Amino acid sequence: MTINTSRRGFLKGAAAAGAVLLVGARPDGALAAASSETTQFNPFVKIDADGTVTAIVKHFEKGQGPATGLPTLIAEEIGLTMDQIEYEFAPSDPNVYNNLLFGPFQGTGGSTAMANSWLQYRQAGAAAREMLINAAAQSWSVDASGITIEAGIVKAGDKSAPIAEFVAAASQLEAPAEPRLKDPSEFRLIGNESVRRKDSAIKGNGQAMYAMDVHVPNQMVAMIKRPESKGGIAKGFDDSASKEVKGYINAAILPNQAGVAVYAEDTWAAIQARDALEVEWDMSGGETRDSDQIKAEIMAALESEPTYNVNKADVAAVSAAIDGADKVVEKTFYFPLLAHAPMEPLNCTIEQTAEGDIVLHDGAQMPTGPHMAYQQIFQLPPEKIHIKTMLAGGSFGRRATPDADYQVEAALAFVVTDRSRPVKLVWTREDDIRSGYYRPAFGHKVRVGLDADGNIVGWQHQIAGQSVIKGTAFEAVLVHDGVDHSSVEGVADSPYAIPGMALGLTDTPKATTVLWWRSVGHTHTAYTMETMMDLVAEAAGRDPVEFRLAHLSDSANPDQQRKAAVLKLAVEKAGWGNAPAGRSQGIAVHKSFGSYAAEVVEISGDAENGIKIEKVTCAVDCGIAVNPDVVKAQMEGGIGYGIGHVMRDQITLTSGAVDQSNFPDYEPLRIGDIAAIDVHIVPSAEAPTGVGEPGTPPSAPALANAIHAMTGTLVASHPMAENGINFV
Amino acid sequence: MSLTLKLNGQTHTVDAEPGTPLLWVIRDELKLTGTKFGCGVASCGACTVHLNGEPVRSCQTYIEDVEDAEITTIEAVGDDKIGAAVQQAWVELDVVQCGYCQSGQVMSAVGLLSENSKPSVEEIDEYMSGNACRCATYQRIRAGIQRASEILEA
Repeated sequence: MTINTSRRGFLKGAAAAGAVLLVGARPDGALAAASSETTQFNPFVKIDADGTVTAIVKHFEKGQGPATGLPTLIAEEIGLTMDQIEYEFAPSDPNVYNNLLFGPFQGTGGSTAMANSWLQYRQAGAAAREMLINAAAQSWSVDASGITIEAGIVKAGDKSAPIAEFVAAASQLEAPAEPRLKDPSEFRLIGNESVRRKDSAIKGNGQAMYAMDVHVPNQMVAMIKRPESKGGIAKGFDDSASKEVKGYINAAILPNQAGVAVYAEDTWAAIQARDALEVEWDMSGGETRDSDQIKAEIMAALESEPTYNVNKADVAAVSAAIDGADKVVEKTFYFPLLAHAPMEPLNCTIEQTAEGDIVLHDGAQMPTGPHMAYQQIFQLPPEKIHIKTMLAGGSFGRRATPDADYQVEAALAFVVTDRSRPVKLVWTREDDIRSGYYRPAFGHKVRVGLDADGNIVGWQHQIAGQSVIKGTAFEAVLVHDGVDHSSVEGVADSPYAIPGMALGLTDTPKATTVLWWRSVGHTHTAYTMETMMDLVAEAAGRDPVEFRLAHLSDSANPDQQRKAAVLKLAVEKAGWGNAPAGRSQGIAVHKSFGSYAAEVVEISGDAENGIKIEKVTCAVDCGIAVNPDVVKAQMEGGIGYGIGHVMRDQITLTSGAVDQSNFPDYEPLRIGDIAAIDVHIVPSAEAPTGVGEPGTPPSAPALANAIHAMTGTLVASHPMAENGINFV
Repeated sequence: MSLTLKLNGQTHTVDAEPGTPLLWVIRDELKLTGTKFGCGVASCGACTVHLNGEPVRSCQTYIEDVEDAEITTIEAVGDDKIGAAVQQAWVELDVVQCGYCQSGQVMSAVGLLSENSKPSVEEIDEYMSGNACRCATYQRIRAGIQRASEILEA
């Protein structure tokens, strides 16, 4: 299980293997090919002399499926079975492996892995196919148009040979500028539900290698002793008790004084030695507020004039329309801080090679982040820094910090040593829950006016909370006219045709470190929009499905049509309105990350003795579902993630310190919490859109609407378990 | 101190202090990394191994207490027909997502099927309740156990 890091290049295979066909892109995006592996050319597909095809996957795999999806695109275009393609994670190279939606930045997020790779990886596969076919045409002296590749076999009339036969000749050809992509009618793998994940077997038998499993020779394990609340400064430490721990090496204050690094021979020694370490802290600059105070600030902001008039509405006119309405529905919502808590506690390993290069082993969600940070920390040019992307045990956004927090922490823990020993930084679950970045707390206040016929005449919507984006390197790109779109997404861009919408936003002061959390702003905006739609429909005396469809009725608006279609499919598949006796249903539909998801939650029991979630029915339109079973799995997971947190979880602060510490007080969704999930995919010819996140937003409001239907109470503060709802 | 462990059918001599969780001996000393660290407080089940065929949380099992036991980890559980059936079912149904908890899920599933070859949904939910999956693959874990039960029955 020891990983050899002495090699300088990243891609395995190397020159000894003979001719290799590499197809990728130049930094300007044009397709390019090469015949041997060099550090100057990083491909999307590699075909070895023996015909082994490898997809170089530019997105990390945290379970969402790119290690299956990107190979699927290449295998489809070349003409391979899924067993005939392997995968490797790409090295860090923001010019070639950048996310096409992020600019010159390599990273995974915003449910974009498939959306931005869809054409790029198909083109690489199609170029490889054309080159192999052209090589076969020359070899066989036949016209290329009569040659096919199926299941890895090149065929023309009665001639056939495996692709391996043409790798050497193909590698001498120029990459075609515009290879012909297969027509969807020719797809055998894309959209095929029987395609299995490439990483199933190794994850079921213990062979899968996560960053936590990296063990480089002579490594030390480092853990960081951090202050009780953020902002504390380490002034000194006493490690006399740590010295009693066998395997303890030493400790050092990090250069930024944010903590003290404790070094040990192994993880258990590091845990014990850190526990035993006494640190003198200067807490004068530390966070001291309670979460109740943070909540009070948010609620006060909702009662004041918002800082930003997000949709440039005539607020006075909207307000007047509501004041003069026949009925007014008003509700205030509060969403607490939430931790991501990926299953694999954060960790990474850093080492220096004999040549002075720095190698980082990491479940790297945004390699360009640590790559840039390390250039500064180590004063090295980019080519002297190498990032080896390992499998990641979940993320939900946590590994994508704009400041590369834990990778920088590892680097700081490394630079204070003599660098002779690699340093593996390990976080415990307590570190993860208590020292983390959180989904910001948010509040919404919504006032909706209805006329006598039950039509909306005004929808005044105020949002307040801490911006995720402001203060980060992404601010220049993602904040417009002062508005962090991630604070208002899901309301500002809702496909619903709502007359008299006025949307206001107020940023509340920095409360703690906050971060995007699976589906970002949609975690709170979908809940607010979709529970409000139910409340308003009820006040209007209209059916909640019919009421939603009435606001999605523009036949010329594909956004509305697609949203309406998933709603109708979910209604049909869930048996909406025909729940068995003793059960209640709730529905929600939401667009996020380019995809549309509608969910029906069916519950039994009652609020007093406990509610049981019997079934969740989901309909999703994510464009072409490249791997339908992966799409279903992502919906299942997204639903569980959304529902699990609103049931029971929150992060609270007392005098700036996080009250929760581990799973016993940040209780994850358990197997018995949701009895069944049933996912249906809307057939589509549109380009693929997101699947990692869109399942999450409608799940919680659909549950809330079901509880409302059962109990008459709409839960407007989370977690539900602390706001009057018991679950069994 | 020096201890002798019987793990995956082999005898290992390890150097560990009393009070060391079995998890860290397996991971850091024996370098068998399939057994995962998730919480350290027996609350997530990622570290589940078998002690004489019974699932235990290795993060709360101390090294001095297991000297006479037969320890099985995820790396060897597939040598047994129940383990092989569970792993086959996991692949057939693509149970995994990030996969980090799945070694523990498989070890618990094997424990369940070893004592109850045809568990009901309620029995599955009860037995597996200590194994957390942050990706929420629970529906497929349930189906995977039912499928493994079928494979074993055939």
